[in-house]
Amino acid sequence: MARLNVNPTRMEMKKLKGRLDTAVRGHKLLKDKSDEMIRRFSVMIKENKALRDEVEKELSKTLKDFSVARSVTSPYSAEAAFAMPSVEVKADCAVQSVMGVEVPKISVSTARRSDELPYAYPEITSEADYSVERAGALIPKLLHLAEVEKSVRMLADEIERNKRRVNALEYVMIPQLQETIKYIKSKLDENERAAVIRLMKVKSKA
Amino acid sequence: MEGKIAIVGSGDSITVFKAAGVSAFAAENADRAKELIRKIAKDYKIIFVTEELYAPLTGFLKRFDEQPYPVVLSVPTSEGSDYGKELLKSAMERALGVDILFND
Repeated sequence: MARLNVNPTRMEMKKLKGRLDTAVRGHKLLKDKSDEMIRRFSVMIKENKALRDEVEKELSKTLKDFSVARSVTSPYSAEAAFAMPSVEVKADCAVQSVMGVEVPKISVSTARRSDELPYAYPEITSEADYSVERAGALIPKLLHLAEVEKSVRMLADEIERNKRRVNALEYVMIPQLQETIKYIKSKLDENERAAVIRLMKVKSKA
Repeated sequence: MEGKIAIVGSGDSITVFKAAGVSAFAAENADRAKELIRKIAKDYKIIFVTEELYAPLTGFLKRFDEQPYPVVLSVPTSEGSDYGKELLKSAMERALGVDILFND
């Protein structure tokens, strides 16, 4: 490990010792942070997987039903029926902090009323009604999935970054500082020994 | 803070969402979807993208992971695929280095 390019003086050594102290403390803190983030992450990713499986299953069923229902009516009238939705779903978007990472927190603010379908009944089959209704009911779940999945991804990025920091401290910074301190120490000791010997020589001559 | 929801996709899958009250944007291919997403990313807080469009745009959509909003989520189409799981898996492997979910 390369040592830092500094003058071997007591001043420098004191400075470096201070830096080493900070680096060691920082390393410990970051390592603790990393452990906790990983714990949270593994909880969240399990939730994410369960939610994803559930949503995918329901959604693909809804979509299948819908395409069947749609195929019964002519494409033109189906297009016209769905072109003007009567409700608009909005989400409440906030931010929460998970281990210092800002992640989204989403909740549905406009709940859909199930008796409001965006078209007149004669145009469309009842199967389509059901699938539209089911899609509406699925939206809160999809939003929750969006929140969890985004959090998982952001947390994954943060864990990766944090890991890099921990490794930089552990394998570069700290060994470098230790090496340099050792070098300065040996240099200073050598100087001291040289001084002692010189004194002894001078004394024995006198 | 209130945010609007959008879906970008092709074909049938977006129509049903449109009826349910989500703004739908039709995109027939990935390039068109990319343009659309770039345009609507400021106005919409949550954007669902169908899987077949999400997969080729993964690199482009990664930039949205830096900030909490907008949230871009891949949704399966009626065909269904495992792309969402793959995304999950890659995130897990990056963060933990090991597979704790799919190793059965």
